[in-house]
Amino acid sequence: MFWTSYFLAVLAIVLAWPVPILLSRAHWPARDPFTAMLLWQVIGLAGGLSMIGAMLVYGLEPVGDNLIAGLRALAGMVLYNAPTTSLGFWHLFALSAAALLTAHLVFTLLLTYYKIERQRRRHRELLALLASPSADGTGTVVINHDSPVAYCLPGGARSVTVLSDGLMAALEPAELRAVLIHENAHLNQRHHLLLWAFAAWRQALPWLPTTRLAQEAVNSLIEMLADDVALRTESKATLIKAIAIVASGSAVPQAAPLGPGGLPGAGLQLPDGAAGSGSASTTASRVSRLLSPRPPLPVGLRATVVAVCVLLLAMPTALLIVPGLLG
Amino acid sequence: MASLGELERAVMDLLWAGHEAATANTLRDMLAQSTAAHGGAAGHEGKDLAVTTVLTVLSRLEKKGLVERERGMRPHRYQAVSSREDHTAELMHEVLGSAPDREAVLARFIGSVTESEAETLRKLLGHS
Repeated sequence: MFWTSYFLAVLAIVLAWPVPILLSRAHWPARDPFTAMLLWQVIGLAGGLSMIGAMLVYGLEPVGDNLIAGLRALAGMVLYNAPTTSLGFWHLFALSAAALLTAHLVFTLLLTYYKIERQRRRHRELLALLASPSADGTGTVVINHDSPVAYCLPGGARSVTVLSDGLMAALEPAELRAVLIHENAHLNQRHHLLLWAFAAWRQALPWLPTTRLAQEAVNSLIEMLADDVALRTESKATLIKAIAIVASGSAVPQAAPLGPGGLPGAGLQLPDGAAGSGSASTTASRVSRLLSPRPPLPVGLRATVVAVCVLLLAMPTALLIVPGLLG
Repeated sequence: MASLGELERAVMDLLWAGHEAATANTLRDMLAQSTAAHGGAAGHEGKDLAVTTVLTVLSRLEKKGLVERERGMRPHRYQAVSSREDHTAELMHEVLGSAPDREAVLARFIGSVTESEAETLRKLLGHS
C-alpha cells in the first residue's frame, strides 16, 4: 500500500507538469485532433485521480491494507468516534488535503457551469429580442451588426447559431455554408462540454500553468475538428477564404475591449506579439494546417496513443481499487 | 394568441421605436393596431389582447433588466433601459471580447486575431 501512494504521486506530478508541456509543443495533434483531444482529457482525469488518490492512500496507510479497508476505518473514526490515535499528523494532513482538493474541484466545476449557464441565458434572452431568424434553416439567426461574426450558443434544444449582417454580406454562399457547417459541428460534437471542463480545470488550479496550456490546446483542437467536418462537404479553398475574410474583418486589439458600437479595424496599431493569446495562435495554426496539410497519423501510432490513454486511466483506478477487491 | 416571447419582442420593438415612455394601455392599443395592420385572421387576435397580458410581458422584461418603470405616476409608464444598438453592442462585446472565461460560453468561428495576423490573411486573400 505504501509504494502505491508514491507511484500515484509520481504519476500526478508527471501528468501535471512535463507531459502537458510536451504535448502542447508536439506537432502531431494537428494531424489527428480527435486522438489528441482524447489524450488531453485523459491527462486531466488521470492527473486529478492520481493527485487525490496519492494523498488518500498515504493518509490511510496506518489504518487499512487497502483503500476500501482504509476508507471503512476512516468512516468509523468520523461517524462512530473510533480512536484516531493510529493516524499521525502527516496522515491527517494528507487526508484533509485530499478531501479539500476533491471538494474544490467539484465545487469549481459546478460554479463554472452555473456562471456559463447564466451568461448563456442572458445572451439568449437578448438574442430573442434582437436577432431575426435566418433563411438558412432553424436554429440560425441573424443579428444586425457590421463586423463579420459567426458563433454558436450551445443550449440543448435551444442551441442557436448566430450570423451577423456583416458576415452575410462578406461571404459567398459556399463560404457561408462552410461557416454554418463548422458551427453546427461544434454543437453536434458537444464541444461546449469540453470547453466547460477545461475552463473549470484552469479555474480550479490557476497556479498550475499547464491548465492554461490544456485549455488553449483544447480550444484549438475543437476548431480543427469542426474544420474537418466542414471539409467533408466544402472545398478547402472555400473554407480558407471564409476564415481569411472573417479574420481580417474582425481583428481587434486584445488588450483594449471593444467600446459600444466601436468597429474593429479602425486605426488599430498593435506591436507584434503584443497579444500572443491562445485564440490568435489558434487561427494561425488552423490556416497553416489547411494550407499545407500533413498526412494523418499512421494507424499504428494512433493505436499507441489510444492505448496510452487507456493505460493512463486504468493504472490509477486499478491501483486504488483492485487491492481492496482482492483482499 | 401570440406567445409571450413574441409579445416581448413586439413590446420591445415598440419601446425602442417610440423613444418615450408608454403605459400598458397605450402599448396594448399599439400592438392591436400593428396586428390589425397586418390584416387577415391576425386582426382579431390583437383585439383579444388584454392589458393584463401586456403588464405580464412588461414585468417579465423588467425582471430581465430591459424595461424600467417610471415611479410615482399612475398608470405606470414604461420605457426601454437602453437602445437596441446598445444591446447589440453589449452582445457583440461579449462575443468579440477576449476574456478567457468567455471562450466557454460560445464558440466563435474565428477567435480574436491580431492586426498583424489579419494583415497576413488579407495578403493570402489577395493571392487566392
